[in-house]
Amino acid sequence: MADVTRSSAFTRRHAVHLGALVFLVLMPPVALVLDEPFYVSLASRILIYGLAAASLDLILGFGGMVSFGHAAFFGTGGYVVGILFVHGFEGTAFLGLIPGSDSGLIVWPAAAGVAGLLALIIGSVSLRTGGVYFIMITLAFAQMLYFFFVSLEAYGGDDGLSMYGRSQIPWMDLSDDTTFYYVCLAVLLLFLGFGHRAVGSRFGMVIRGVRENERRMTALGFPTYRYKLACFSIAGAAAGLAGALIANQTEFVSPSLMHWTRSGEIMVMVILGGMGTLFGPVFGAAAFLLLEEVLSAWTEHWMIVLGPVLIFVVLFARRGIYGWLIGAQDGSES
Amino acid sequence: MNALLVLEQILNGLQLGVMLFLLAAGLTLVFGIMDLINLAHGSLYMVGAFVAATVTHWTGSFILGLLAALPAAAITGMAVEWIALRSLYERSHLDQVLATFGLILFFNELVRIVWGPRAIFMDVPQALSGTVEIIPGAPYPMYRLAIIVVGIAVAAFLYLLITRTRVGMLIRAGASNREMIGALGVNVRLLYTLVFGLGAALAGLAGAMAGPIFAVEVGMGEGILILTFVVIVIGGIGSIRGALVGALLVGLVDTLGRAFLPGLFRLMLDPATADGVGASLASMSIYILMAGILIWRPSGLFPAHG
Amino acid sequence: MCRKLRFILTIAAAAGVGFTAPALADGIKVGMITTLSGGGSSLGIDIRDGFELALKQGGGKLGGVPVQLIVSDDARKPEVAKQIADRMIKSDKVDIMTGIVWSNLAMAVVPGVTRGGTFYISPNAGPSALAGKMCNENYFNVAWQNDNLHEAMGQHVSDKGFKNVYILAPNYPAGKDALAGFKRFYKGGLAGEVYTKLGQKDYAAEISALRAANPDAVFFFLPGGMGINFLKQYAQAGLNDEIPLFGPAFSFDETILGPVGDAAVGVYNSSQWNADIENAANRAFVADFIAEHGRRPSLYASQGYDAARLIGSALAAVKGDMSNKSAFRLALTKADFESVRGNFRFGANHHPIQDIYIRQVYRNEQGELTNKIVGKVFSDHQDAYAKDCIM
Repeated sequence: MADVTRSSAFTRRHAVHLGALVFLVLMPPVALVLDEPFYVSLASRILIYGLAAASLDLILGFGGMVSFGHAAFFGTGGYVVGILFVHGFEGTAFLGLIPGSDSGLIVWPAAAGVAGLLALIIGSVSLRTGGVYFIMITLAFAQMLYFFFVSLEAYGGDDGLSMYGRSQIPWMDLSDDTTFYYVCLAVLLLFLGFGHRAVGSRFGMVIRGVRENERRMTALGFPTYRYKLACFSIAGAAAGLAGALIANQTEFVSPSLMHWTRSGEIMVMVILGGMGTLFGPVFGAAAFLLLEEVLSAWTEHWMIVLGPVLIFVVLFARRGIYGWLIGAQDGSES
Repeated sequence: MNALLVLEQILNGLQLGVMLFLLAAGLTLVFGIMDLINLAHGSLYMVGAFVAATVTHWTGSFILGLLAALPAAAITGMAVEWIALRSLYERSHLDQVLATFGLILFFNELVRIVWGPRAIFMDVPQALSGTVEIIPGAPYPMYRLAIIVVGIAVAAFLYLLITRTRVGMLIRAGASNREMIGALGVNVRLLYTLVFGLGAALAGLAGAMAGPIFAVEVGMGEGILILTFVVIVIGGIGSIRGALVGALLVGLVDTLGRAFLPGLFRLMLDPATADGVGASLASMSIYILMAGILIWRPSGLFPAHG
Repeated sequence: MCRKLRFILTIAAAAGVGFTAPALADGIKVGMITTLSGGGSSLGIDIRDGFELALKQGGGKLGGVPVQLIVSDDARKPEVAKQIADRMIKSDKVDIMTGIVWSNLAMAVVPGVTRGGTFYISPNAGPSALAGKMCNENYFNVAWQNDNLHEAMGQHVSDKGFKNVYILAPNYPAGKDALAGFKRFYKGGLAGEVYTKLGQKDYAAEISALRAANPDAVFFFLPGGMGINFLKQYAQAGLNDEIPLFGPAFSFDETILGPVGDAAVGVYNSSQWNADIENAANRAFVADFIAEHGRRPSLYASQGYDAARLIGSALAAVKGDMSNKSAFRLALTKADFESVRGNFRFGANHHPIQDIYIRQVYRNEQGELTNKIVGKVFSDHQDAYAKDCIM
């Protein structure tokens, strides 16, 4: 487990963070100079999946709760934005009650809120079980939602829902890919900052304590169920926010956002980047999406390469890319 | 709604349940004894179906196809266990999920390279191609009855294997205390490989049996794999009895839900809405069943471990 | 790697000619996004192979203009498709796009592409929105609007005098559209209307209920593996000889007939194309496709092929100069090429007006399962959404 308490010395970890930050900030102008503006939208997608993966890491890496249904919250967040957008566009109201909107300041928090509420409900049932049962029940809930949205004809069902633009934010033009990229970056950094503080706080200590030994934490008098549920809901809300961003990025939502293989992919990003490191999953998302991009350009049989790569990473590269980058002294294993 | 139709639908549900049991038995065995989540179980089912279809096509004999599918799936399974999964036993469930997720991608693509992207043909054996009228007015395909018979035979075989044989004793001992039987001089690694092979052969059998009624296509194992997981989680992981009960329950709930929910909703709602709501609820029914059972009994109906 | 090299070469070429007219030496770039891996890849592969065949017959040219085809696999994921579209437009700077198989991917990609001023030629997906309210001057569908083949079957089943039909489709929008399309032209009563789970494998429950409802015919729309499952199980239940089965070509194309086997023999289905349509273009297409790939072309391959030839006809009309978009668009609307399906032109919403046939499955002299045309249902058929389209 990477040590996430703050220290004043400038370590290799800080260098990695600084390097990544500088790279992320300078990426769009460099891509534009090179006349490869496409890389800006690829990078936005990486940031968004990075957010989803980092949120999963909160429950997976720190809480030890192996959720196989994280894409459900991701997709729900996307649908909140998509549905409200379409209602706003048509001047109608959701269920005849809630007026539509395309204002990012309203719909993005709404997406996080609805996804968080959903996580609260699903979590309150799922967290009664543990181990393999937890993996499977989260998967089952995600499947339920998947089939619900597939048959939800009013909002496109399996065909998905096309938006006719992106959300509106005052003084900003999100339809500009570079602006949108920086908004994604800001949201991701805010979440990482929040997550970093949360993990280092008393709350984070309890969550990590539960992962190591739940019985002991209960004996110490902590209401572990409530702590886990809070953690699960926060992660769900953050995944919902990521979903809101992906809906904006592609201007489209569909049930495939919450397909079970998507949950698997987000998990892979966490492992690839380094579990329980919060920052690592962002690197994992980058690696996974770039790998997909490069391999699929190389051969249509790219999955025959990706599969063994995953197995290899699980078997041999346990600390992930982040652990490898920051070196041994910082990334002590749990 | 007439009673005979209900009876026929119950038979359909039992048949789907037995099909699921063939897959679930192997998965729960591996799960219970080695504490290994193997998402690639569905890939072994796919390998079984493809090999059976190919051999049946070459030789013209369904029996030979079936006989080829069992060792093919077993050998594939044991090879995978030996190369990749062996080092995962001591790892977390998360690592196992991811590595076997990678295996799914690998096997899907491998099968696609070997057999091409199109589904392939497999027919019901001549002797079983007719129908029998066991319920008056509803001719039932003989092949589906054969699946029920095979399922019952497998259940009986597993029961005898586990309760009456030395291997079964070792399996039970291994499930309850791994270190202990190792200390007693049993070759645990070999035992695991054999159990894995047995589970894989059962998956291959399920695939070969499924070939004539389902499309033999790349990715055929995934949809049914999730159903199988629902089955063993409902039944209690590691319990063969639980797998049987869970499989029948899932088969019945799924089939009866599909058959009767839309009609039930038509009594309350207008037809168009009723069809939509009924069909949506029917596709979610087994997940609702699973969530319900886990709320009631968090370790399934027949928990194998304490 | 290759792209990077090309990029450098393009820069060099542009510098050399001093940024004059669009560099014709590189040819026209066509971006194809299609499904080449995972489930449903056989459709995408056929579309690509059909398109490439037309390109190969022209010696790397369409309509006498050099064309560079860039193919990318969308793995049937909407946002991957969107991502590829982004890359093709911004980095590869393609002039025309094509290839998408599935309606949901088309809905994710097409509106953005066409609004941005790039041409999109659909070789398969034809969702109703893109034919009606969301139609666009830069969007052309060279296959069909999704409902067309179902509408034809509704008409045919009515013509044959069936009065009590049982209809069945998956519970998702394309399934609902299919049954709605069928009912638009079918005049009799319904013995039942059932929506099944997407990706369902076992249809025993539906088949039992169907038999109990005692219809005089069955119409079903179950694409891909679902259709294979249903057809096999329907035959095993002994219903093939009792209740005739009807469906759109999607459940009876060459990628499905092989795996279904004799269970499909004799079944009627509706299609805008078949290998036995008599015209020079079709003869050349079928013969060359079989020679090239060793398998019979499906309707998807014919659609990919026609997409390429449509592009070729328009490129020839503007002599490869795509700088004048409205001239190129006008050339596309004329559809001045010999379609392999024969009679073909565009309606005002840039969707086909074409004939739709009834085919029957049979085993040919080589023992392969394929279709033969047994009649024509519609002449000059147009979709129902054209009136909603304001361009």
